[in-house]
Amino acid sequence: MPYLLRRFMQSLLLLFVLISFVFVVGRIIGDPALIMLGTSASETALDQLRENLGLNQPIWQQYLVFLGDLVQGDFGVSFRYGFSMMPSDALRAEGTPVLPIVLSRLPATFLLAGTALVLAFSLAVVLGCLAAMYPRSWIDNLVNVISLASVSVVQFWLGLILIIVFSVQLGLLPTGGYGSWQHLILPALTLAARPLGRISQVVRSAMLDELSKPYIAAARAKGVPEWRVVFVHALKNASIPIVTITGDELSQLLTGAMLVETVFAWPGIGLLLIDSLGRRDLPMVQAGICVVAALVILVNLAVDFAYTVLNPRIEMDNRGGRA
Amino acid sequence: MTAVDAQTLPQDEAHDRAAAITSRAYFGALMRDRVAFVSAIFLGLLLIAALGADLLAPYEPNQANLRARFVPPLGTARDGGFHLLGTDELGRDLFSRLMHGARVSMSIGLLGALCSGIVGITLGVLAGFYRGLLEDVLMRAVDGMMALPSLLIALFILFVIGPGFGNLILIFTLLHWMVFARMARSLTLNHQQHTYITAARAIGGSDRRIILTHLLPNMISPLIVLFTLEIAVLILSEASLSFLGFGVQAPQSSWGLMIARGREYISSAWWLVVMPGAAIFLTALALNLVAAWARAITDPVQRWRWLTPPRRNSQPIDDED
Repeated sequence: MPYLLRRFMQSLLLLFVLISFVFVVGRIIGDPALIMLGTSASETALDQLRENLGLNQPIWQQYLVFLGDLVQGDFGVSFRYGFSMMPSDALRAEGTPVLPIVLSRLPATFLLAGTALVLAFSLAVVLGCLAAMYPRSWIDNLVNVISLASVSVVQFWLGLILIIVFSVQLGLLPTGGYGSWQHLILPALTLAARPLGRISQVVRSAMLDELSKPYIAAARAKGVPEWRVVFVHALKNASIPIVTITGDELSQLLTGAMLVETVFAWPGIGLLLIDSLGRRDLPMVQAGICVVAALVILVNLAVDFAYTVLNPRIEMDNRGGRA
Repeated sequence: MTAVDAQTLPQDEAHDRAAAITSRAYFGALMRDRVAFVSAIFLGLLLIAALGADLLAPYEPNQANLRARFVPPLGTARDGGFHLLGTDELGRDLFSRLMHGARVSMSIGLLGALCSGIVGITLGVLAGFYRGLLEDVLMRAVDGMMALPSLLIALFILFVIGPGFGNLILIFTLLHWMVFARMARSLTLNHQQHTYITAARAIGGSDRRIILTHLLPNMISPLIVLFTLEIAVLILSEASLSFLGFGVQAPQSSWGLMIARGREYISSAWWLVVMPGAAIFLTALALNLVAAWARAITDPVQRWRWLTPPRRNSQPIDDED
């Protein structure tokens, strides 16, 4: 499969570029010792840290060591993880390897992003199809309003509004945290808003295109029930743009989760990243960025793969980008 | 619409008249689309509020007044001062603070979009005009950068180089030029096939002249639409970064930072969170609506429906894409 193989190599290259970028920004533009200890640190403490981290070596040697460590899954040890606010983490000491900690936060992020995506996708397909079936009806207008509002709203603000309404005023749901299904509702709703708007708009226009094609008229003429015409015949053929936008939105979700996790104290990878940024824990930040970026790149690759399954012509075209 | 008249008039006069009718027609089209009209008015008022905040704001934005703490919207403080949108934990008037915050949020949006637009359009036009290696490298870079999570990278760079107004603009330029480059390149490729470019080249126009006086003016309208949308995107990004503590820093204040501050009082003073977020929402919404209008009106296929006055039983508003 030359096309997919090439896409795979491109993804690897992109990951490599990103990792190098993280190195360049962290080591060359910034001074790791200064980043971690802050400007108020004494010169001896800075020197001590530089010595410990091997920052006195030539830069290319540092780069090779950095890459070599990454290949072995060694992102360095955390600097101040002991101060974490998560109760379950509080007992761990400084000097813990960062990668296992980052990976241990993945399930929470997956749960949140997955729930949001399922929620947004199913609702968007139904709304988009209905809007395409009844153009200019109230449901069509609703889809337009939702999609416009979803690109104009700041996610974290939406989350705070939901907290004000459902937690503070009505007292129905917890304001944040992790554990029961009640904890999941508000963050998932917040995160689902944006993809809901984007996907439903794409479903609507793709379905409008499909529904005007001759094979639909043929299906109707031979007496196929309307719901079957729309949800089986047309939807299947409209799936390519829908899959593309859903993949794009999934990679957006992974980064959007960062803000939503911060608002709801949801212990995912995003909250860990933001906490680590606040604690100036450079190794943890680097590991978090690399893991999230790798996930995003993986999602993009998966979308391209889904593409060739849905539309075999792409394989034939043998083009570099998405059609 | 003016073609018939124009033939009977001397050249200059015809030109003036065509211009006058066109701008009147554009204005008429704006008036007829009520949603876009209201959005444009809102943006205009916002601009006035942001520029004239020093003169127009009812209170000093950083003036603490402990006798007026946590006054709810439309409330009156104990010292008799009326506060349209209430006051915060130090008794500062929220409406005045929003006006001053508008200045920061809007200027970051505008400047960021302007800088990334200039970089992106320059690179995109050059890539589309000269093709070759430059185009290959540039477009690969665009594809690669578009695939990366930009908020994450912005956070990391700001973490290293430090937050602040200037750094925000730098980050936005670095991470948002690709959209402009991609569009400018495809527009350039498209326009280069037209006869007027061949003609300009045939009479000996230099590359520079062709790009500056022929290509760019003809590409400008879709780029302006994109520019408008980017302002909205950047205002939202700025809010997110400021909310996380890596954007605008106190004593400067933007809408995003105001939400972050208000969050502490979410259970007692909801307006501190709701109002700045509503300001962001309305601004981004208005920008999106105006962009949608501008896209429709600059699209030759859709334009006639807008510029010709509506007849009975005909709907001028049609946003099919």
